[in-house]
Amino acid sequence: MSGLVRRLGFGGAAGLALILIFALLAMLAPWLAPYPGQGLGDPNVIAKLKPPSTEFWLGTDHLGRDVLSRVIFGTRVSMSAGLLIVASSLLVGLPVGVLAGYFGGWVDEVLMRVTDIFLAFPALLLAVLLAAALGPGLLNSIVAVSVTWWPWYARMARSEVLVLRGQPYVEAALLMGVSHPRILIRHILPGAARPLLVQAALDFGPALLTASALSFLGLGVLPPTADWGKLVDEGRKFFPDRWWVSTAPGLAIFLLALAFSVLGDALRDAEGGKRDDPA
Amino acid sequence: MDLARYILRRAILSAFVVVGVTFLVFVVAQVVPSDPAALYAGPRPTAEQIEKARVTLNLDAPMPERFVRFAVSMASGDFGVSYKSRRLISQDLGVYLPATLELAIFSTLLALLIGIPAGVAAAARRGSWTDRLGSLGSILAVAMPTFFFAMLLQMVFASWLGLLPLSGRLSREISVSDPLTFVTGFNLIDALIAGRPQVFLDALWHLILPALTLAAYPAGIAMRLTRSAMIEILSRRHITAARAMGLSERRILYGHALRNAVGPALTMIGLSFAFALTGSVLVEIIFAWPGLGRYVSESILSKDFPVIAACTLVVTVCYVLMNLVIDLTQAMVDPRVALT
Amino acid sequence: MILLEIKALSVTFPTATGAVQAVRSVDLQIEKGAIHGLIGESGCGKTMTGMALLGLLPKGAQVAAEVFRFDGMDLATQAAYLRGKRIALISQDPAAALNPVLTIGRQMDDVLRTHRTQPKAARQAVAVELLAATGLADPVELLNRYPHQLSGGMQQRVVIAQALATGADFLIADEPTTALDVTVGAQVLALLRKLVSERGLTVLMITHDMDVVAAVCDRATVLYAGLSVEEGPARAIMGRPHHPFSAALLAALPDAVPRGHKLAAIEGRIPSPTQAITGCAFAPRCPSCLPVCPDTPPPVRGNSDHRWACHLDKGAR
Repeated sequence: MSGLVRRLGFGGAAGLALILIFALLAMLAPWLAPYPGQGLGDPNVIAKLKPPSTEFWLGTDHLGRDVLSRVIFGTRVSMSAGLLIVASSLLVGLPVGVLAGYFGGWVDEVLMRVTDIFLAFPALLLAVLLAAALGPGLLNSIVAVSVTWWPWYARMARSEVLVLRGQPYVEAALLMGVSHPRILIRHILPGAARPLLVQAALDFGPALLTASALSFLGLGVLPPTADWGKLVDEGRKFFPDRWWVSTAPGLAIFLLALAFSVLGDALRDAEGGKRDDPA
Repeated sequence: MDLARYILRRAILSAFVVVGVTFLVFVVAQVVPSDPAALYAGPRPTAEQIEKARVTLNLDAPMPERFVRFAVSMASGDFGVSYKSRRLISQDLGVYLPATLELAIFSTLLALLIGIPAGVAAAARRGSWTDRLGSLGSILAVAMPTFFFAMLLQMVFASWLGLLPLSGRLSREISVSDPLTFVTGFNLIDALIAGRPQVFLDALWHLILPALTLAAYPAGIAMRLTRSAMIEILSRRHITAARAMGLSERRILYGHALRNAVGPALTMIGLSFAFALTGSVLVEIIFAWPGLGRYVSESILSKDFPVIAACTLVVTVCYVLMNLVIDLTQAMVDPRVALT
Repeated sequence: MILLEIKALSVTFPTATGAVQAVRSVDLQIEKGAIHGLIGESGCGKTMTGMALLGLLPKGAQVAAEVFRFDGMDLATQAAYLRGKRIALISQDPAAALNPVLTIGRQMDDVLRTHRTQPKAARQAVAVELLAATGLADPVELLNRYPHQLSGGMQQRVVIAQALATGADFLIADEPTTALDVTVGAQVLALLRKLVSERGLTVLMITHDMDVVAAVCDRATVLYAGLSVEEGPARAIMGRPHHPFSAALLAALPDAVPRGHKLAAIEGRIPSPTQAITGCAFAPRCPSCLPVCPDTPPPVRGNSDHRWACHLDKGAR
């Protein structure tokens, strides 16, 4: 434990701890939430919009549901949305970038010009358009964000591959007549994937923010399930008089994004090392 | 000359991107939704109404023809009719776009005015309290969800402290009883043209909270970028050389080092402006700001695709053009850019 | 008249793993109007000595000296004041020493307006005059050019013109020819020589190249591992070096070796700056090392004109 703190610094370790806490909340939601039923969306109209009390630690929403339970169950949706966005973008971006970088020529030209077009959009706007076209729903919003996300990974993978391709062992394998698929899978892919995975970990925070934004706009998960973005939106009508409905889920997004960004910075520092030499 | 060739290459690339962007918007707006005709025909349409809409929208034509028609009408400023209001979208855009641009420009200025000096100060005094405080601020700003930050600002500055207006672009007394004449659509400018300083201040007052919301994230990024760029530049030899010639730290920092950071700074302008434009979708509904963003977010609920498509396209083309201008400016300021 | 006098200068960086001694003990005496060579291998503390004179050492550096005087002023306290006024730097790589995004004119003017209170037009005339003095053709047109549009030799001339623009009378030239072609380098050296005699300048020429010393220097100091090991007239050092390290440096010159013979590279490595030195620093690599050398500091021999620190009483052979 102290070794971890030394490697990541206090901030990085705290970020990691916070992420683990949220992950635990997500996994153990039915046991940790004070009112699991309300967390899943059961209304409880006799206790509408109650301020925080010993009974409801974070108050209740417009249907009388315990905000704390809603936030705990929302953790599941929000975290998996972030995870799925990053993972599916990686799944598309990595192969595209690898193919473009490895084969070069017109393949590269075509694939990179396509990514240029996607990158030309302000990401959130394209995601909004797409999510609106596909209709609301968790899966659709994840697809919509991923469409705007993968080109970054394609670009990054391509530049990694361009470096790897020039390596003597790859040239040697080519000269010895090893087939392209084999070279790609054995030599190129593992080398290109590593830095991308680090980047993907760093991107979790922004992915969470974007997914929450779509949800806030009503393009995310459908009621009665709710992620944090949707919860903030639900509380907006009663804001700021009944501030507690929106504040808790809003802070949850902020804290998790913060935790990932702090952890990401720490990882980068640990990887890059610190150079500071005179002369 | 190299510069001319560079400009030409960038311009061709941008034109290609604009065509690609148009195609993508076309596909998403006209092909993906299950039945645009049913949507166009309004609520509970009859089969006949749908058929009529199908003809009006030209849905039975072959795909390439449909795309060309779409592209041509977009290019000529004909964005079609809103499903919901039945008004011309181009007319609405004329009113909403200036409102959003005013907000976006103001918040970009705010972001740079906060982010760049903070970055310079942090880099000049590395490891000091200024540096730590600035870095902490930038981390917090980058992790804050825009829509939530908007609500927090409203709560603190409007509801609790009562310092700034909760929402809107102008106070009701002005907008209802004595409205501004529409000249540029920028309230700040229109107020000056009309010679009404009171209205100018009122507009400025209303601008602060939404602009601050949109400035937070880019200011955080700008601070980080400026800091790391300045640290790198300050370690270069020509800075030591300038010191050895006896130049003052002030002149070295602002005259020499910052000039080298023009590249990153321009990049930051682009980033901030793009963030403000897209962020308007989230922020304008919260602050009841009658702009493009609110137009889009309200259209989402009514599945008003032509509106969303037109707005996406307009903003994206603005964005592509701005990036082009930034790249070209970059090449002019730093003559080495065009060579690479 | 002695312009610069340094005795036992040391530059130390305290680090977590122990003190790094970039400069251990350097003595220098430079006559006004002379070109004085400071020669040694890379990492021997040449550049750090120069930076100490300018007061531009990296953060955390600790400077100590018995004598550290420039024209009667204490450099320990006055370096920042003298920098750019009396002492200027001509640095190693002219391409890196010029700001890539500012025109030559702007960079000249920045220096001029720091040191003189003249109207802009007058400053521009001075800039043109100085650029011409460094042998640059068409100086007026040059003012609007960017550094990358100039050749390395021209860039170095601009840097020299900048150094002149400060009005300093003592220039520290840190490997001014290393980044240049041999012929261009020779031209730059000739220019420096000319400027010294015309304008009464004094130059500290930092170099690793004995040829540079032979070409322009009046006197020279040989540094080894942050220690001055020999100081004397350049001609004497080149003709008959007394310290075995000076002799080895000279023997390593390509044209000192007859065709077909192996170049006499110096075996071994310079001691690390964290290592404590008890005896003679050069002992582990010295071809004529005596039993006393590794443990006892060498005595200073010779006279005030030419002296060296070595146990061998006859000097190197």
